[in-house]
Amino acid sequence: MSMDRRDFLKIAGISSILGFGASVASATNLITDKKLLPPQVDRNKEALTAKRWAMVVDMSKFKAEEDFQKTISACHTFHNVPDFRKPDGSVDKKFEVKWIWKAAYERTFPGQENKYMSEHVKDMPFVVLCNHCDNPACVRVCPTKATYKLPDGITMQDMHRCIGCRFCMAACPFGARSFNWVDPRKGLKAELINKEYPTRTKGVVEKCTFCTERLSVGKVPACVEAAPAGALLFGDLEDPNSEVRKIVTEKLTIRRKPELGTGPAVYYLIGGGDHA
Amino acid sequence: MLEKALEGSKKYWAWVLFLGFFALSGTYYYIRQFNEGLGLTGLHRDVSWGLYIGQFTFLVGVAASAVMLVIPYYLHDFKKFGKIVILGEFLAISAVTMCILFIFVDMGQPMRIMNVILHPTPGSVMFWDSVVLSGYLFINLLVGWVTLGSDKKGVPPPKWIKPWIYLSIPWAISIHTVTAFLYSGVPGRHFWLTAVMAARFLASAFAGGPALLILLAMIVRKVSKFDAGKDVIQAVSRIVAYAMFANVFLLGLEFFTAFYSGIPGHQHPFIYLYKGMMGSDGVFHNEIVPLMWTSSIFAALSLIMLWVPKIRQNEGLLSLACVMLFISLWIDKGFGLIIGGFVPNMFEEVNPYWPTRPEAVITAGVWAIGFMVLTFLYKIAITVREQTAGVEIDH
Repeated sequence: MSMDRRDFLKIAGISSILGFGASVASATNLITDKKLLPPQVDRNKEALTAKRWAMVVDMSKFKAEEDFQKTISACHTFHNVPDFRKPDGSVDKKFEVKWIWKAAYERTFPGQENKYMSEHVKDMPFVVLCNHCDNPACVRVCPTKATYKLPDGITMQDMHRCIGCRFCMAACPFGARSFNWVDPRKGLKAELINKEYPTRTKGVVEKCTFCTERLSVGKVPACVEAAPAGALLFGDLEDPNSEVRKIVTEKLTIRRKPELGTGPAVYYLIGGGDHA
Repeated sequence: MLEKALEGSKKYWAWVLFLGFFALSGTYYYIRQFNEGLGLTGLHRDVSWGLYIGQFTFLVGVAASAVMLVIPYYLHDFKKFGKIVILGEFLAISAVTMCILFIFVDMGQPMRIMNVILHPTPGSVMFWDSVVLSGYLFINLLVGWVTLGSDKKGVPPPKWIKPWIYLSIPWAISIHTVTAFLYSGVPGRHFWLTAVMAARFLASAFAGGPALLILLAMIVRKVSKFDAGKDVIQAVSRIVAYAMFANVFLLGLEFFTAFYSGIPGHQHPFIYLYKGMMGSDGVFHNEIVPLMWTSSIFAALSLIMLWVPKIRQNEGLLSLACVMLFISLWIDKGFGLIIGGFVPNMFEEVNPYWPTRPEAVITAGVWAIGFMVLTFLYKIAITVREQTAGVEIDH
């Protein structure tokens, strides 16, 4: 009789419930009795799936400061990202946690600026977030596999396994990761907490998840939904007919620090366009 | 043999009490940090490692340096090191203890530290670092204890210990190499992305560790009848001189590559550390600069002093050179190395870091615990050696 691990665990589990007297043979028979089986978890039929999730950012679609704020706060509100403020109302950099934010062109693409470039271009804001790299340094260095790759390309983390060593923060070339220096619930307003997404504990690292939890119930990422139409495009890069794939194939896009070989999956469209 | 740590003069207990005070103060702040989080430190999103990890890195070097006594004594049959080799091994035990404590106090979720063993990840350098460090602690405890136990009984150490002693040599190299890989293996941090990192770690370790050992041997000679010997101290000082030369040379190579290649990203950490840079808050930040120059000047001075035989042979000046060298390397590796990796950050922004008081007290507390372990171990070794004075057992 060949058994895979899953079958073995089922049998072992049921055997232990029935006591060790039950032979493996009779346990095997019991498995055919559906009533004794644990409920099977089926894939949500509405779930959005992909071989390789990726994002195309079209900065030309962000017209006003409000567009950024809506996009960022959609993510941060949904994921209960704490917002620590100083008494004067400014962001408290010391405890700051962020999943998606804006950074100037010369900060986002260091080394790409030149001295004749206008201040306007240098300061041009870009939306930055975790790049969900093909070959992420954060995953490579994690000593507990608390951060790992999903088959659809998303770089995920298990906030219950993380020991808070912050090696991933040292390794990530994009500064995408945040650490909870204090209890993050102190930076949340109780009445605004989203009950659909867990809050975190102090001492663990967190970052953008490409909204894997929303994808599994058929929703696009919160930032994509809140951003101006066509500003953040999200799709399957491996699907030749997807919008993101068409843009990446046909238009000029750039990625942050591609020379490091991590393979970022966030592409920045140059020049914008009428794709959406 | 443990009981020998429990009997001592008033001065001995005053010293233990002194260390105990720092250990307790550190523990007090650690309990606060445990409850409130690492927000109690000066660390932030951009500089996510600091004093703790710096101390850890520096002390791995101190631990590894025991090998500089083990090699001459056991591989080259340099008999004169017979007395001091146990001091080196016990220093290694104390240093590894501090390393483990510094890692522990740096953890965001220290109660989950066993996850490293529960979910072993061979692809992670940190996993290997925990493996080699605990192995090194075990080897040194075993070798130190067995050889000292034999000394006490006046018999040569058992034959089976020899393979462990030989194993300790590559193992010592491995702990510091793997620790260097923590840094030199991550993409995007220019200051760390250098192939000579491990080599430089070893060079600075083999200078700093034996320099500390010279100072310790001098203190031990003052407070007890245990004398490692003037010529032994001279021999160790020559090891320090060569290793320090290699270290300064390797640091020079880093400067050459950064500035001759002209690659801005490679230059920025050096400019920040040695000159200062404009911060993203609009303030010019040069807080680290005096420290780095102190390190450089102390390195140059101590190297010259160790290099000139006349100066080296004067024990007063030798101890001064060792103090300067130790401070120089402590700044360079226990502080500058970490800061230079994080500032400027991944966005080429300068957000400086400075340790807070709780962080400094916790750091002092760990050092106090380490020195307490060292005091107990040295007390045991010295008492055993005093009782068997005059009898030299061939290991």
